[in-house]
Amino acid sequence: METVTHFESLRPLWAVLVSLLAIPLILLSGERRPNLRESWTLLAAFVKAGLVWSLLPDVLDGRVAVTSLGTIVPGVELALRVDTLGLVFGLVASTLWVLTSFYSIGYVRGAGEHKQTRYFASFALCLSSTIGIAFAANLVTFLIFFELLSLATYPLVIHKETPKAIDAARKYLSYVLPAGLMLVLAIVMTATISSQQGLDFVPGGFLERTDASAPLLRWLFLFYILGVGVKAGIMPLHSWLPAAMAAPTPVSALLHAVAVVKAGVFGVLRVTGYVFGPELLQEIGVWTALAWAAGITLTVASLLAMRQDNLKRRLAYSTVGHLSYIVLGAALLSLASWKGAILHLIFHATMKITLFFCAGAIYVRTHRENISEMVGIGRQMPVTMAAFAIGSLGLAGVPGINGWISKWNLAAGTLQADEPVFLMLLVLSGVLNAAYFFPIVHQAFFRSSDEYPRFGEASPLMVVPLALTAVVSLVLGLVPNLGAHAWDLASKAAVAVIGGGS
Amino acid sequence: MTLESPVQIAFLAAGGVAHESARLVPNASDLPALILVPLIVGVFLVPLLGLLRRRLAYVTTLLILATYAALALTGLRTVLDGSAIHYRMAGWTPPLGIELALDPLSAFVMVTIAVIGLLVTIYAGAAVRRETPEREVAFFALMVVMLLGLSGMVMTADLFNLYVFFEVSSLSGYALMAVGHRKAVVSAYRYLLLGTIGASFYLLGVGFLYVLTGSLNMADVAARLGDLAGNPALSVSLVFMVLGLGLKMALFPLHIWLPDAYTYASSTSTAIIAPVMTKVSAYVLIRMLYFVYGADWSLSELGVGPVVAWLAMGGVVWGSVMALAQQDAKRMLAYSSVAQVGYIGLGLATGHPLALTGAILHILNHAMMKSTLFLVTGSVELSGGSRRLGDWKGLGRRMPLTFVGFTLAALAMVGIPPTSGFFSKWYLALGLADSGQWALLVLLILSGLLTAGYFFRVLERVYAREPREGAVQPAGEATAAMNLPVIALGAGTLLLGLFNAWFVGRVIAQALPAGLNLPGVS
Repeated sequence: METVTHFESLRPLWAVLVSLLAIPLILLSGERRPNLRESWTLLAAFVKAGLVWSLLPDVLDGRVAVTSLGTIVPGVELALRVDTLGLVFGLVASTLWVLTSFYSIGYVRGAGEHKQTRYFASFALCLSSTIGIAFAANLVTFLIFFELLSLATYPLVIHKETPKAIDAARKYLSYVLPAGLMLVLAIVMTATISSQQGLDFVPGGFLERTDASAPLLRWLFLFYILGVGVKAGIMPLHSWLPAAMAAPTPVSALLHAVAVVKAGVFGVLRVTGYVFGPELLQEIGVWTALAWAAGITLTVASLLAMRQDNLKRRLAYSTVGHLSYIVLGAALLSLASWKGAILHLIFHATMKITLFFCAGAIYVRTHRENISEMVGIGRQMPVTMAAFAIGSLGLAGVPGINGWISKWNLAAGTLQADEPVFLMLLVLSGVLNAAYFFPIVHQAFFRSSDEYPRFGEASPLMVVPLALTAVVSLVLGLVPNLGAHAWDLASKAAVAVIGGGS
Repeated sequence: MTLESPVQIAFLAAGGVAHESARLVPNASDLPALILVPLIVGVFLVPLLGLLRRRLAYVTTLLILATYAALALTGLRTVLDGSAIHYRMAGWTPPLGIELALDPLSAFVMVTIAVIGLLVTIYAGAAVRRETPEREVAFFALMVVMLLGLSGMVMTADLFNLYVFFEVSSLSGYALMAVGHRKAVVSAYRYLLLGTIGASFYLLGVGFLYVLTGSLNMADVAARLGDLAGNPALSVSLVFMVLGLGLKMALFPLHIWLPDAYTYASSTSTAIIAPVMTKVSAYVLIRMLYFVYGADWSLSELGVGPVVAWLAMGGVVWGSVMALAQQDAKRMLAYSSVAQVGYIGLGLATGHPLALTGAILHILNHAMMKSTLFLVTGSVELSGGSRRLGDWKGLGRRMPLTFVGFTLAALAMVGIPPTSGFFSKWYLALGLADSGQWALLVLLILSGLLTAGYFFRVLERVYAREPREGAVQPAGEATAAMNLPVIALGAGTLLLGLFNAWFVGRVIAQALPAGLNLPGVS
């Protein structure tokens, strides 16, 4: 294994703080000066992305940036540490925030949303928490940002303040708050068990060095999965996610397809790979339970997706399914499955955010949310629907688009782990993906309808971001190592956790 | 007798200062008495100057409490190395003479009282005039007497003297509570009756101890208890003490006086009584259990620990469930106090250093949170709004600054990190886990959901709902003097959370009784 060196740096801290510092500026600018207010968002987004990207060369060279902020509870530091896995999540969230910020401006102005100041301020807080989750060096730091993210998302879910949005927000809280408490319980137990080992994330896990008994560890694993599994949408903990589609579409796009839900699967990866570790999970045998939960989720979610006529709800169920691809990859504990899981964390983000961007563009132009009302829309919004086609082909696993690469690795991972039954579930789910996405594309382009007037594309603020994410999905499908070195990063992280041999 | 006691105390303290005045410049060893001097002066000065001009009562109280807070902070800084300052009243040596002792624990509680007292006074300057007009002078005078009583309770090292201060604070507290709603007179009377029973139980406990040991000085009693462990009279004295103090700190099921008393008292009175009164009783209980009787005997051997712990947990659940059912903001907060006192009870009954740390941290923490929340209900009412939660819809836009404070305190109550509310529960949970109390641990964690239930219900109304037709709405934002304490206390919960490790290592670790050491803190 290659050597890893640590160095002190303030860049991880600034990457977390920059959007936090933007919040007072956003609030002070207020509803009266929207352009000034949005420029703070954009500035913060660009600076944040720049800072995260600046850490990429270090990580590729095996240098880990560390920021320590002093003791938060006796024996545990509030500390940030940019390892490979953390950087992957940080890159995805911060880069897509730049695009989402432009898109948001187009969306909230196009749709005439109210309380835009609160909206942009909450969004900035969400991104600070997300980067905090990505860079957290230990469980307590992780927990703090994880809970903060739950809280910061609440105003965005309730944003429209319609009875539906209020119900969705209540549902959201009634899922994420108990989950947060389960995570607290798990971390308190870990702190007690591991009083000698500390709570720092270690590739390969640190719990096996303690003398805790197997039954206790099984309970502990359950509490962890209940804690992070709600955000990861593992069935039956998923139903807040379709309800949360009541939020404005940019929120659904960045938070409910990328930041919040990926924080959940990122938590699963941290718990399995960096707290328990593959050897301990094999020993206590809980990985099969997690793998089956994921396997069932990804199948059932695809079936449920087919029954949704509301486009955003269909996308939400599709997200539930795809999150479980990643969870499955993490649970199988093989080199290829981990690599596939991490790649899917990146690639699903670019594809699904494209689809949500498209749904939002359609909504702003036509005020339609149901798939059955989108017949012939492809002729009126060709760029949008072409991007939609790329995203859906990718999620179904068509070669040439990035989704294919991650799915291929996941499939190879099932074989490496000698669990071919999950390969069958993956293939089945791929077919189901095609079955619920292709009809949308087909009716958009190949069936015409005179029922509606001509709409045309949405504002460039919305169309450019969605076209960009679609192009990125396509390019990464052909050259996965371009730009962010996604392939190298995923390999590095997988090797660190699983080890090169197995 | 009790009515004369402030005079007596003033006399004694003055005598003590005079006795030491040979040195002319007071030094650190006089601090325990010095801290009380501004309050004693205030007891006379506030009503006198208030007679001259009503506004002077407020200004005097503010100056007196600022001095008091500065002295209390100096006291805390002086004893942070883990030392204790013993001051002999009028030079009489214990066990015969009365001793004031300032150690890290008493200094910590004193600072809590002083800071809350000072901030509530700033608020009261704007509020009392409107809330209970014509009674300004009485309010400020009573408040100073109450704070004097509480400070005496915290610092005295004499069991009977503690009873005297106990009554001083209680009687002034009843009077403060009776100022307010029409029903306040009745609820305060009920509190008076139950409080007197509580005080009598405490006194009975002291009587037994005196018979057994022949001493009233805490350290002296503790030293003489060693060979009395099997004596049933000792167990009886402890049971009386726990009952009496449990009643005063509203430990479930002895909390029945609390909801009405807090609901009908004026908001400003509640904002000073709710945060400090029950906490000082909890502090006295810690003193008795850990410093006089010894935790090994009282909590483990006699089995008081599990009983109190489970009752406290019962209080957490009962208080939270009742809070969920309330439509009146103050009543909801009152039941929430029952629950929060339960956390303190749970921590002090577990006997684990981490759990006790959580309990002590929660004393300051809950004082700040609950004070903020009661002050906000006061701000809403005084700006023309109502206490009915149904009328709180849309207030977030009408009173944005006030509700910044409310939101911070509410999130701290729920226990969202990095607010201090999270960390006091964190230490509690670590203590329970480390002592293998799994059932209590799980209940503790899940109880956060109930708290979230009643606070998010309010936050949703405040921020995401439109006021209905004919709702009683406040005219606008509260005055700056009212918002300053609210925001300061709200921000305080956040700062205490972020710097909790520093605070725990620097202050609370020193305040723990000998023999209980925090892991990871040198």
